[in-house]
Amino acid sequence: MTLDIHLRHQQGAFCLALDLSLPAQGITGLIGRSGSGKSTLFACLAGHLRPAQGCIRLRDRVLYDSARGVHVPSARRGIGVVFQDGLLFPHMRVRQNLAYGARNAGTAFWHEVIEALELTDRLRAWPGQLSGGERQRAAIARALMAEPDLLLLDEPVSALDPGLKDRTLDLIQRVQQRTQVPMIFISHAPEEVRRLCQTVVTLHNGQAVSVTGATELPAACRALTAAAVG
Amino acid sequence: MLGLSEMEQQALMLSLGASSQAVLWSLPLAIGLGWLLGTRRFPGHAALNAVVHLPLVLPPVVLGYLLLVLLGRNGPVGAVLEDWFGLRIAFSRGAVVIACAVVGFPLMVRAIRQSAESIDPRFARAARSLGASELRVFLTVSLPLMASGILTGITLAFARAVGEFGATITLAGNLPGRTQTLPLALFTVTQSPGGDMAALRLCLLSLALAAAALMASELIGRRMTRWEVRA
Repeated sequence: MTLDIHLRHQQGAFCLALDLSLPAQGITGLIGRSGSGKSTLFACLAGHLRPAQGCIRLRDRVLYDSARGVHVPSARRGIGVVFQDGLLFPHMRVRQNLAYGARNAGTAFWHEVIEALELTDRLRAWPGQLSGGERQRAAIARALMAEPDLLLLDEPVSALDPGLKDRTLDLIQRVQQRTQVPMIFISHAPEEVRRLCQTVVTLHNGQAVSVTGATELPAACRALTAAAVG
Repeated sequence: MLGLSEMEQQALMLSLGASSQAVLWSLPLAIGLGWLLGTRRFPGHAALNAVVHLPLVLPPVVLGYLLLVLLGRNGPVGAVLEDWFGLRIAFSRGAVVIACAVVGFPLMVRAIRQSAESIDPRFARAARSLGASELRVFLTVSLPLMASGILTGITLAFARAVGEFGATITLAGNLPGRTQTLPLALFTVTQSPGGDMAALRLCLLSLALAAAALMASELIGRRMTRWEVRA
């Protein structure tokens, strides 16, 4: 049950070079400063960007393999994405947003996710009527409704105020435990990662400087600082 | 009808009918091109953009003449249409529709392109990650988010078509009851002695049409983009 990532990708002066084998279960944190390669890796995993070289394998499925010319398009990857600003479709009510990719709207799973993310009373609302926290929760619910094999969360709470951030992190944890969908949580805030994740990957200049458990995060942060200074 | 003479009524109905048909027929292509130019970069992008916008900068009479050369009885397209299908385009009602469509087309594409450019590309990425095919992304995400641009394009193209003169008179002539639109009828009465009152009536009619089109566009726009109003 792993996510294997072996990538080489050059973008101007920036080079992403990764060889990782991550557990495809629980929540894995991806931490690093701006420009460390978090967003590029996110785009490669989601299928928005075709890396120059390498392969990505989720469990026994090859999603990308440059040597064999395999590039599974994002619509068939089974990888859900949640952007920093939620990005709900503004012309659809929350219910329609949730149903957009839902495999089985109205089933027990549907109700489970809506209840876990406390959206029951907001289904008839338009995205423009939601608060920042509600928008993020709805975006997470929408991605989960497609029953993805992996969910990528790109700094989903970075734009929220501290109180709302805590609450949303709790709900992410709760919904992951209930649905058991593996998640990759991208952030530049160590305290968020420590709170949510079981495994933490620290990126610096396109390379993984450490892969540790969340309890060893302080050491990972020191590695990051050392890499930045060195 | 509203104290209008038969000629004026015919001109009004022809203008309305031809402009509506012109917008309707060219709308699918305008949406496709506007979306393509606004969201994709490909070799020949600039050239295609220039060709689409050419009718905006060409004098309408030049445009009408080029269409006449193309669609006239001896023109490369006109000859084929007449020989194969028995269709005569030049100096027919169809010619009015074509002239109106050609002059309004770039305005429609321009408005739709600008609207497509303003859509955050991550909406499409989010839809794809939810398993949507390219066609579904276009129909359910891109198209509704372009709605205000499409509506603006329709209004501008319709208004331009109603006011079209140069290309119409060159390609379709000025045949009362057949190809004489409102502007052509106005031109005709201003050339006739004692036609001042008729000219004034036709001017007021044109003003009323333009105002009605703008108001309808505003009302429909509010309904179509209700998510923006309620945000």
